[in-house]
Amino acid sequence: MSEALSTALPPVKRRNAELIMLLLAIAITLFAMIEAGLTRNDEMPAQLFLFGGLFGGLALLAHVFIRFFAPYADPLLLPLATLLNGLGIAMLWRLFEATGDTTNGSAQDQLILTAASMVGFAGIVFFLKEPRVLQRYPYIMALGAVILLLLPLIPGLGMTINGARQWVNLGVTSLQPSEFAKIALVTFLAGYMVTKRDVLSLVSKPVKIGPIKVLELPRMRDMAPMAVMWGFCIIVLVILMNDLGTSLLLFSTFLAMIYVATQRSSWIILGLSAFFGACTLLYPFVPHFRTRVVTWLDAFSPEVFCTDEIIANSTDAFCVTAGQNSQQLVQGLFALGEGGILGAGLGGGKPGHVPEVQNDFIFTAFGEELGLTGVMVMLMALALLAQRGMRIALASRELFIKMFASGISFLIAFQSFVVIGGVTRVIPMTGATIPFVAKGGSALLSSWIMLALLVRMSNNARKPAPVAIQDEGATQVITR
Amino acid sequence: MNKPIRRLSLFALALFGVLLLNVTWIQAVQAEWLQDHEFNRRDTAERLTTPRGPIQVGNEQIASSSLVEESGQYQRAYPEGEVYAHPVGVFNPMGNFGIESTENTYLDGSHSSLLVRNFLDMLTGTPAQGATVVLTLDPAAQQAALEGLKANATNGRAAAVAVDPSTGAVLAAASIPTYDPNEVADLSDTTASVENWNALAADENQPLLNRAFNERYPPGSTFKIVTAAAALEAGNTIESTIAAPESIPLGGSSLPNAFGGPCNGGAPDSIAHSIEISCNTSMANWAIELGDQAMHDQATAFGFNSGPMDIPVPVTESLAPLEPDNNIRAQTGIGQGNLEATPLQMAMVAAGVANGGTVMQPYLVQEILGPDMSELDSTSPEVFSEAVSSDTAEQLTQAMIQVTEGDEGSGLTGAIPGMQVAGKTGTAETGDGDTHNWFISFAPADDPQVAVAVVIERGNQSGGTLAAPVAKAIMEAVINE
Repeated sequence: MSEALSTALPPVKRRNAELIMLLLAIAITLFAMIEAGLTRNDEMPAQLFLFGGLFGGLALLAHVFIRFFAPYADPLLLPLATLLNGLGIAMLWRLFEATGDTTNGSAQDQLILTAASMVGFAGIVFFLKEPRVLQRYPYIMALGAVILLLLPLIPGLGMTINGARQWVNLGVTSLQPSEFAKIALVTFLAGYMVTKRDVLSLVSKPVKIGPIKVLELPRMRDMAPMAVMWGFCIIVLVILMNDLGTSLLLFSTFLAMIYVATQRSSWIILGLSAFFGACTLLYPFVPHFRTRVVTWLDAFSPEVFCTDEIIANSTDAFCVTAGQNSQQLVQGLFALGEGGILGAGLGGGKPGHVPEVQNDFIFTAFGEELGLTGVMVMLMALALLAQRGMRIALASRELFIKMFASGISFLIAFQSFVVIGGVTRVIPMTGATIPFVAKGGSALLSSWIMLALLVRMSNNARKPAPVAIQDEGATQVITR
Repeated sequence: MNKPIRRLSLFALALFGVLLLNVTWIQAVQAEWLQDHEFNRRDTAERLTTPRGPIQVGNEQIASSSLVEESGQYQRAYPEGEVYAHPVGVFNPMGNFGIESTENTYLDGSHSSLLVRNFLDMLTGTPAQGATVVLTLDPAAQQAALEGLKANATNGRAAAVAVDPSTGAVLAAASIPTYDPNEVADLSDTTASVENWNALAADENQPLLNRAFNERYPPGSTFKIVTAAAALEAGNTIESTIAAPESIPLGGSSLPNAFGGPCNGGAPDSIAHSIEISCNTSMANWAIELGDQAMHDQATAFGFNSGPMDIPVPVTESLAPLEPDNNIRAQTGIGQGNLEATPLQMAMVAAGVANGGTVMQPYLVQEILGPDMSELDSTSPEVFSEAVSSDTAEQLTQAMIQVTEGDEGSGLTGAIPGMQVAGKTGTAETGDGDTHNWFISFAPADDPQVAVAVVIERGNQSGGTLAAPVAKAIMEAVINE
């Protein structure tokens, strides 16, 4: 009880603070577009009013919506998401509309997808009054996650883009089901672990060297969930689908959640050994996996970078196959280096040097044009979003919500780490999307769904205890 | 379960900490290294979209840039085509060469002397501009050099250099085969430009090589001026004599005169006469007599053995090593042995004699003009060395006049009517039977305005036949202006 008291959040609404920050986020987005337009084309963006009206209007609508339906929600969540989403739109506008080349995408598409995602956000905030209802269907969630993850493997439906088989072709549009599978998986894990928490955390078998106890290992039978998770991540995602990013993300989230549920580090040690052990064993046999590691470690060697001379004089598979070299990574680093501390200003750089800059490497375009200062803002915004999520987990009273909120927050943080760490050469490049910033409908929608869940959970965690509204709210409890 | 959540959020925060530290490292510390990395072609692409100042010869622009609206790139144009390809070079997608490379910071406006101006331009919204580079080249002389070489180079490989003896200003620097820079600088068809460039680079006749500055040849008999200078500086006069037989024995072989027979009917020959008729045996004897150090020092005083020069385009070092072995030193006396000289080096020898013994530092850039035509920088003539005394220079001049005027002169084709020309022919053996044909000269002899060196690579005739007419044409072009 004392713990719950110390972590509870005061029941304040702070909606006006949210509004001011939201207006700031919208203003930053529009100023970013204006700067890009003036720098590149010496004129104001022609669609400024469309973007300003639609994007700003929708964000304000979302705010009004929160005011009515989740008035106690954390006031930072929506402004942070709007800022990140807006910066993404502004950068895409600068990359496509401002250069007059919209063959690879456009900010207008992103704007429409943002609008659709915000509708999804509103829907979840409105209909999912009590996220705890999700706890009832852990196995349906698990099944859903598995089906979503496997969809791209169905011949005729699945598509391989940039080497990874993680897309589903729906005719009119394509979808990345793994973006939604991860939310389903977190829902399942939260529900599952709340029920299995005791057995997972208490029953153990000590491992001793001589008289000293070094580790407490779980029983074999309790390891089954981890084995299934491990097998799925390694066999399906890495070997069959070449989707290293999703694999790393899902398995890490699994470990994070089992740790939160059990507070036992032995799970993490076990899981990490199993995961990296498998990776080491697979390394010689999975070529695309090897490519990722080599381009990470030896990015600057001429053979891996594939200089013109090397290409001219070699038949090495590395250089012959497109996208198998470290050019994208190194060009991304050059872009960051070019940006330096203050950046070239939006529209002032040459992000086109980085191949496919509109996808995972959009971070390097921010680095080049907004500089270290700009990417620090972006990283801080992402970190803050994850931290607010964690705070919601701390403030919540129900175990399921604690698990769920911390799982989603970790997902946001780790996903950011996987993609940004990949393009800045902290870890091998695996392919993932920066939450809210990345181009593409699936990524945007799943980000806004996560935000909706956090908004709803924070509202419930912060709103005054039911006693305060006893005379009119008693029936609400029964609706569950 | 708040404790593990707290730990997890700390871990998540640590992840961002790692990312923050890493981007700080990349963008603040590693940035310069990344910008200068050899794989980094950002500047290469950027330089094509930067306005670039022109290169001028006299008042004529021989290289200028104009904006291509569609691409936003600046197309470099060379209206005179191949005439100035050496030494101006080219600015193209493959890189910068020649003056386009050495003066790049002025041309693209990044030089520190342009910083304030560019900053002001940025504030006022005026597009930044590069500076104008004005070369010392003389259009008529350069044209005459190229045409002369083309007409006289029997196998198409030759070079000619002209300098102003009193300043060192390079008036002409031609090398054939040459190329049209426009064909390798066309941005509208980069593929063709690259292909043309690669073809030039692979051509066995090396059209990209500036033979005037960067190819070394045995100087042959033109080097006898250096030998004679060493003799005069050692206290002899132009009338001093030395044995000049039909041939002199060298170890196992012998060194004969080119024309057969002795130089002075079998009697010892004077230095003056030996220069006039290009006597081998007397000059070989002088080299033996003077010793290795004197020969080496005299060559060095004219510019040999002084390392590469930047004028500002790079000039290869010419070599005249110490030769303690009499047999090899005898060869050195007539410009063979281990001697290797660039055409510019031999022009410096002629110019040194012409300028009263003082060799001036050669230079190619007259001045740098800012976008508003104010002078940012200019080259003032500098003394390279005092190669010989003015007395020695005067005596050498008189002997060299006889080369173009004397009854037995070997370079009569270099003479200009109504004017005294001082010259020296050379026919250098390559060692495989072919000969390079040389002529070095200056005119007017009493008030030199131009000193020239011409070499026809493997012309296989005499310097007087092939090289002297080219030198004459260049000298006339300078003097007749």
